[in-house]
Amino acid sequence: MKMVTAIIKPFKLDEVRESLGDLGVTGVTVTEVKGFGRQKGHTELYRGAEYVVDFLPKVKVEVALADELVERAVEAITSAAQTGKIGDGKIFITNTEQVIRIRTGETGADAI
Amino acid sequence: MSDIFQLQYALDTFYFLVCGALVMWMAAGFAMLEAGLVRTKNTTEILTKNISLYAIACTMYLVCGYAIMYDGGFLLSGIVGDGATGEAEPATYAPSADFYFQVVFVATAMSIVSGAVAERMKLWAFLLFAVVLTGYIYPMEGSWTWGGASVFGMYTLGDLGFSDFAGSGIVHMAGAAAALAGVILLGARKGKYGPNGEVNAIPGANLPLATLGTFILWLGWFGFNGGSVLATASVESANAVAVVFMNTNAAAAGGLIAALIVAKVLFGKADLTMALNGALAGLVAITAEPSTPTPLQATLFGALGGVLVVFSILTLDKLKIDDPVGAISVHGVVGLLGLLLVPVTNDGSSFSGQIIGAATIFVWVFVTSYIAWYVIKVIMGLRVSEEEEANGVDLAECGMEAYPEFTSSKS
Repeated sequence: MKMVTAIIKPFKLDEVRESLGDLGVTGVTVTEVKGFGRQKGHTELYRGAEYVVDFLPKVKVEVALADELVERAVEAITSAAQTGKIGDGKIFITNTEQVIRIRTGETGADAI
Repeated sequence: MSDIFQLQYALDTFYFLVCGALVMWMAAGFAMLEAGLVRTKNTTEILTKNISLYAIACTMYLVCGYAIMYDGGFLLSGIVGDGATGEAEPATYAPSADFYFQVVFVATAMSIVSGAVAERMKLWAFLLFAVVLTGYIYPMEGSWTWGGASVFGMYTLGDLGFSDFAGSGIVHMAGAAAALAGVILLGARKGKYGPNGEVNAIPGANLPLATLGTFILWLGWFGFNGGSVLATASVESANAVAVVFMNTNAAAAGGLIAALIVAKVLFGKADLTMALNGALAGLVAITAEPSTPTPLQATLFGALGGVLVVFSILTLDKLKIDDPVGAISVHGVVGLLGLLLVPVTNDGSSFSGQIIGAATIFVWVFVTSYIAWYVIKVIMGLRVSEEEEANGVDLAECGMEAYPEFTSSKS
């Protein structure tokens, strides 16, 4: 099992959710986050004085998947979240040792 | 007593009271404007300040302020129930309505101070100052202007051609002068000015609240200026009231448009906070004389205030006078402009009288406020500690946050 963590542009969340849903993914966890990458921050003006926004708002989508779904899920996220412009985000894939469904106690791929 | 007189008396009193209630509501406007322009961690404290200063102003003015300003005896002992009998020249409204209308102006003057010293001043130092300003400093200058008394027996402003209809100088510039003295002794918020002269922005947390506050002030100002006609129950005074309402509104609109455009030209973007300050600047500019300008003049006077306020805010920042909400610029600099514009449309006033009056008010309020702030600083300190400032004065002074999260009822 893998945990796929995607950092995406906030306005792309609906499309990413739909594309994952089309794959049969049954659950994701979404968090509003802030960070910087190559895009860095940008400066804004308030009452004539500049301030730097170092961390830009992004959305973090976490989805636990059975191994065979990972490749298609990454494709789905990538095509849904891509604008081609700087700041589109990243996808991280990590191994997940175990998954337990709290309600029933099921474990492993059944619990996803 | 004729029925017509009774009707006039009742209507004028009623009008006075409703206008007073509108001015009272300006306290809510100031509270929302200031709460919107500070950071979330300083919200509870600024709200506490605003509503407490209102109560203190009302109490101090009742105890001694009104007596000092109008020579009426302490604890309102000079106020009799009926204004239609007794005096040689009877008022056409109830004397207690006069007190009520006057007391909300004191609170307005004090509200101006709270925004300028926001985010770093100790709550109790501020409230102590509120006692002094509303109980003594403001009533003294009020006695020389609206009270008609001579300035320490030296000269009488009214005889010199000084005119301030609803208080551009007496209320607004006075509040700003007290604020300026406080800010100079208090210093800027940490991080506002860099070591190499850079001015850093500290954006306000809630612009919807700041906008609502400005709308509330705009509404309340109809009471502030409209009520200052002091009567409405005759053709003449009803006409005057309508002109004042019309001009007050026009000036606010002119001020907002001017500030919005100036900010767009200077910064490339439409700065809402400057637009809000512009509307208030327009209102302050017209307050000294809303009854004689034409509607076009009122709009232009307001616009002049709107332009001036943007440049004043930028200039004060260059001088490292940190005023989070722009109160000193809106009420002080534009208050002075309002006074100087009076002779343009009002033949009863003179430039020299306006300048002497403005100087008298400013010097008196600034010097006495500086002394009061200084004494408070020596006794208890004006400023919270650096750590308390970083954590927010909500926790340091009030022990509660405006927007608590992750709280638990478990002890």
